[in-house]
Amino acid sequence: MSLGLTKTKTNGVPAASNGSSIIHMDAIRKVYDTGKVKVEALKGIDLAIGNGEFVAIVGPSGSGKSTLMNLIGCLDTPTDGRYELAGEHVSDLTRDQLADIRNRRVGFIFQNFNLLPHISASENVEMPMLFGGLPVRERRERARTLLEAVGLGDRTEHKPTELSGGQMQRVAIARALAMEPAILLADEPTGNLDSSSGGDIMTLFNDLWNQGRTLVIITHDQALATRASRIVEIHDGRITRDERQ
Amino acid sequence: MKDVFRQVGRDMRSQKLRTFLTVFGIVWGTVAISLLLAFGTGMHKQMIKNTAGLGDRIIIGWPGLTSMPYEGLGKGRRIRLSEEDIDHARLETKGLRAISSEYSNNMRIVYGTKTMAVDISGVSPVFGEMRNMIPDWGGRFINDLDMEHNRRTAFIGNQLKKDLFGEDDAIGKLVLVNGSPFQIVGVLKEKSQDSSYSGRDHSKMMIPSTTYRALTGEKYVDNFIAQPVRGTDSKIVMDSLRAAMSERQRFSPEDKEALSFWDTTEQFKFFDLFMLSFNTFLGIIGCLTLIVGGIGVSNIMNVVVEERTREIGIKMALGARQKSIMTQFLIETMIVTGIGGAIGFAISITICAFFPEQAVEFVGMPRVSPLVALLTASALGIVGLVAGYFPAREASRLDPVVAMKL
Ligand SMILES: Nc1ncnc2c1ncn2[C@@H]1O[C@H](COP(=O)(O)OP(=O)(O)OP(=O)(O)O)[C@@H](O)[C@H]1O
Ligand SMILES: [Mg+2]
Repeated sequence: MSLGLTKTKTNGVPAASNGSSIIHMDAIRKVYDTGKVKVEALKGIDLAIGNGEFVAIVGPSGSGKSTLMNLIGCLDTPTDGRYELAGEHVSDLTRDQLADIRNRRVGFIFQNFNLLPHISASENVEMPMLFGGLPVRERRERARTLLEAVGLGDRTEHKPTELSGGQMQRVAIARALAMEPAILLADEPTGNLDSSSGGDIMTLFNDLWNQGRTLVIITHDQALATRASRIVEIHDGRITRDERQ
Repeated sequence: MKDVFRQVGRDMRSQKLRTFLTVFGIVWGTVAISLLLAFGTGMHKQMIKNTAGLGDRIIIGWPGLTSMPYEGLGKGRRIRLSEEDIDHARLETKGLRAISSEYSNNMRIVYGTKTMAVDISGVSPVFGEMRNMIPDWGGRFINDLDMEHNRRTAFIGNQLKKDLFGEDDAIGKLVLVNGSPFQIVGVLKEKSQDSSYSGRDHSKMMIPSTTYRALTGEKYVDNFIAQPVRGTDSKIVMDSLRAAMSERQRFSPEDKEALSFWDTTEQFKFFDLFMLSFNTFLGIIGCLTLIVGGIGVSNIMNVVVEERTREIGIKMALGARQKSIMTQFLIETMIVTGIGGAIGFAISITICAFFPEQAVEFVGMPRVSPLVALLTASALGIVGLVAGYFPAREASRLDPVVAMKL
């Protein structure tokens, strides 16, 4: 399977930032306060990810991988520390500005897909473009192109419940690509899939990376991790290994 | 904006059960309250129609024989009232809204080949208003010009009209009254009348009192009709009337037989009390219905928001702004309320349209008020909105992950 999309431009930093990081975290801490107990999920993360890198985040369950990913994607706010995304201090942004970042700069792919169950695959893919203010005609066309690109050209009108796990994850990937984000974040994208559809998804990610996108992927899957350009390992809320390969 | 509507439409279609339940709640409330008030007002109108057939809170006065000696005059003397006595009373009586003399006699009427004996009354223009004699479409009652010029104009009862003219138009036609031509200027609009003092209005003819006197040479009134200012005690008005008349006619102002009254305002006292308790009853039932309906709608809304929090989280993760989420929610509620209200209104109207003819006589024609339907639907809509708005706003203020995990 190949991704028939030619990359023209992405909503990221200017290309001139060669070597400079698109993601820059400084002493990031995250404490979950459940009332009775406080869980310190991240205990000071320093992480810089450059434009066009393919980073695999690995680590045992409960080590804080998802927490970190949610912070990178601006789905959650850190308790402490500084986070710069594409040159902007995220903590200085308003809620609307954060919404726009989620809309344009990052595409998020969840382990449990998080598709809206009552609407069609095409409408799910259109959703970010709706919030991004694209005209309806363009949304339709682009949703179709994206779904064809992930191999679902004949499933555009199906509801998520009428699709297999692998198909749902491909809809989610098409949705993540809808606004041409420079950064793709995926939290265990193959975790709920069998090995064959997991392999398809991995190929898809490889293509996307080859087109110049920045990829950050959480995975337990050794095969997927070895395709990455860099592996970051987390233990108990701290980075314990960080190597390029 | 178009996008918002498209989104609302899609979400409503995709959540058929939820949409249906909310719409149903609003329909139910609207129908219940609309019908309740429709039957209430229908009944009210019918009762007023029946009770006020004779007149709207009027006093009827008859001169009689004195029953006590006064200023050297013996008892058993006949009291006769003339137009001057009525004019005097009009000026002297406190709390009087209107007064009209009434002269009446049975006369012969000829129209074409038909001859009939009819009760004819000579009255003034205010008489029509006081006695609830409403002209049917195209006609009028006796007016001031008729009075001034002793015109030979006549206002006839609807039964008399049928007897004389059948289905033909009566307005403008000439009839002979005791040999003089009179022109019909108005026909009584059919009314229910459950009491009278000299025959039903539907078979009578009314002519200007000035014309009546000129025609017959009559100097003295048969009776008069007075209407107290609304809210004034009719007893005081009657005493004041008797006092004013006794001044000129020289009878004791205490003499109840020299001038006797029929006070129809008495029966309105009961009527007013009844209507007050009836309306209170309807009001309480209506409020209870609204409360129950409101609880239903707000419960549905709460469920909606709960199951929606995750959806809101996903939308925010995809870049939806808070405003766009709330706008969609508001528009959705408005559409659901609008549809529910419209359906409820339509159902209520249909039920009233098929209301059996025979029952109308007893409980009146139920009439659905669009305003009531609008208000009920809006009230339920607002309840739903409030019940849904704040939780939805809470959800849209969370960080996307938090909302998605809820
Ligand atoms: N909403 C929350 N409230 C409280 N504690 C939380 C919450 N989310 C995560 N945690 C805790 O934070 C820690 C890190 O969780 P996280 O989900 O980031 O782990 P993970 O590395 O993604 O694990 P897995 O591989 O199982 O997905 C865990 O101890 C978890 O119990
Ligand atoms: Mg996780």
